[in-house]
Amino acid sequence: MTGNDAVLALMVITALGFDFTNGFHDTGNAMATSIVTGALPPRVAVAVSAVLNLVGAFLSTAVAATIANGLVSSGAVTLTVVCAGLTGSILWNLTTWYLGIPSSSSHALIGGVIGATVAAAGTSAVKWQGLVSKVIVPAALSPFIAGGVAVVGTLLVRRITREVSERPREHGFRLGQIGSASMVSLAHGTNDAQKTMGVITLALIANGNLAAGAQAPDWVILSCALAIALGTYAGGWRVIRALGKGLVEIAPAQGMAAESASAAVILCSTDFGYSLSTTHVATGSILGSGVGWKGAEVRWQLARRMVTAWLFTLPAAALVGALAYWTANGIGGTAGVVVVFVVLVLASVAFFVASRYPAVTPENVNAEWTGSVAPAPVVAKDGAVS
Amino acid sequence: MNSWINLDALWKIVVVGLLTGAGLPALFALGLRLLNPPGPVAPPGPSGPTGEPATYRPTAGPVGYALAVLSFAVVLASIGWGISVIVGHS
Repeated sequence: MTGNDAVLALMVITALGFDFTNGFHDTGNAMATSIVTGALPPRVAVAVSAVLNLVGAFLSTAVAATIANGLVSSGAVTLTVVCAGLTGSILWNLTTWYLGIPSSSSHALIGGVIGATVAAAGTSAVKWQGLVSKVIVPAALSPFIAGGVAVVGTLLVRRITREVSERPREHGFRLGQIGSASMVSLAHGTNDAQKTMGVITLALIANGNLAAGAQAPDWVILSCALAIALGTYAGGWRVIRALGKGLVEIAPAQGMAAESASAAVILCSTDFGYSLSTTHVATGSILGSGVGWKGAEVRWQLARRMVTAWLFTLPAAALVGALAYWTANGIGGTAGVVVVFVVLVLASVAFFVASRYPAVTPENVNAEWTGSVAPAPVVAKDGAVS
Repeated sequence: MNSWINLDALWKIVVVGLLTGAGLPALFALGLRLLNPPGPVAPPGPSGPTGEPATYRPTAGPVGYALAVLSFAVVLASIGWGISVIVGHS
């Protein structure tokens, strides 16, 4: 095994690692509202979502093509650049997950890769027009489009079922939510799983394993689909809680309207090859379902905090990606990539350990919102704190 | 259409998004309403043996039932059609 092969292997492992964080960071986008309304038990919800992500990953590869060929010129890309970029993406994703902020995994990925590319080859290596038209503009518009669709859907649904009595209405919409949440999971697979496929394909093209403009090979599609499904199953309980309990207190009818809006917007955009952020769409839809529901409390302060994190995601991931590239390049060769990889693994372990105190789990994910991601400890009758 | 923002795709996403993202939930809601036609919530009369007021729930007639099934079928068919369009494009 030559040094180059070792770096290639590390790149694929890092990319699949990113796909895993992408999965658990975004489980909430599809399932948060179904979990909080009780439409699905938490563990069943993440399992259903995982399977549908897997299926969705195979349905469309339009977005993978955008990432592989539309954002940076492949001449400037080396394996070291991709490894460094992915390191930036993963670290930003873990930071926002720890804080319970549903930030965009897509922006973390794109930011990281662009940051590392600029550090390696200067700003001319980035296809700015592709970046603006296929990433920035959709990112700015999609939450509003999804939010608007969700407002209309929520108003209609509420108006139509105004005279239906409480029990059958709640029951019906919970059933409907299972369908709509499944569609969001499928949509997530068609859009987000593609992004990692695109990056691996980009690196394989850059390394000369694939011809320029090539499609993602089958083993890349399969391994990415599995990585995102496993990540989804792991369940990002912190983000699920922030989205489902934090933003709006959601009734089943609102949940179904929000999820339908998300699924529709994501699937339409996927069809056009737009790599939009499922996170931005889902957050926009949930806010929209709160706006369209008379009397619902929308916590705009938390929404503002999320939007701030969105604005930082591209530059922050880019900065970490660039730092990782300078580190790897400064040390040089295979050793440089290995050092960055080891730092990444250590940092990931540290985040995981920190997230256990206190942990958000399937058992306490629906606890009353008290202003923070970590639920207040439950004091049992005998005084024991669990 | 210019090269920085694809307005053609944008309006299509808005229109198709509204039709499917808001229209299908509305159709689902319509089906739900047809299955559960409105009626008096607490009808006059003695309360049940448990002390709870007896709730009277009218059931859907054959026409309402058929229409409800039709709305749910249209929702499902639209989803299937949407997925097949996406698969067909890639």
